[in-house]
Amino acid sequence: MEGVDLDAAFAALADPTRRAILARLAKGEATVLELAEPFEMTQPAISRHLKVLESAGLIVRRVQGQTRPCRLAKDGMDTIEPWLNMMREALARNYDRLDAILLEETKKVDKRKSERKKRNG
Amino acid sequence: MAKLTLRTEGELHIVGTRRFSAPPEAVYRAHTDPELLQKWLLGPEGWTMPVCISDARPGGKMRYEWVNNKGQGFYLTGEYVALEPFRRIVHVERMFLPDRTPDNHVETTFEADGDGTLMTIRMTLPDEKTRSQMLATNMEHGMEASYARLEGML
Repeated sequence: MEGVDLDAAFAALADPTRRAILARLAKGEATVLELAEPFEMTQPAISRHLKVLESAGLIVRRVQGQTRPCRLAKDGMDTIEPWLNMMREALARNYDRLDAILLEETKKVDKRKSERKKRNG
Repeated sequence: MAKLTLRTEGELHIVGTRRFSAPPEAVYRAHTDPELLQKWLLGPEGWTMPVCISDARPGGKMRYEWVNNKGQGFYLTGEYVALEPFRRIVHVERMFLPDRTPDNHVETTFEADGDGTLMTIRMTLPDEKTRSQMLATNMEHGMEASYARLEGML
């Protein structure tokens, strides 16, 4: 996982604004000005968030005249892995809940079967 | 074990596997019956699914709407493409967050595995960028769950 420090990435992702910035950058490169607008935040505030994301290795910035557009660090596995972990977390919770539902349903079926058996026997 | 695996495959796919102790028929039903879906397809704590339409036949529509206790919400629409009862479901879905996300083609298979079921879910996104985007937006949801859990442990 070259470039991405998982602890730093996890800490960086703890903030909803930074997650929203990443979701926005997934659509393509953007400048600080373009990022500040939808979040109704000042440029210095956005810049602070960008610094955190950059040092966690989640985004990279390049110099273009007076601006420093940012983009996601890489479209490869390095960046995707923490996201995949997050999705796994959300899905795992759903399936744990499904386990409980299936157990309940199985009990209902068993109960119907034994009632039928009683009536017929 | 019933642990979920989830990985990317090639440039376009995300593939997950999960084992359940119930037979394929029950797991398949839980994926198509709206009353059952409403009980488990919820993501993190605090979210409910007040609207669940699932017309499980080829061409049939699906619409899931989620809300949380802070009044936030989003929804998903989709169409069933193919259904082989208790074995396989193919559908297309997209989210509205509120902007529409690109179509996600999903194939879910249910294989008997001893007394239980091995489920495989295979998602296909139109391109690599869209896949990154989907993971980034899904992350919003996942983070809430992991942090709620983390808080519980601390």
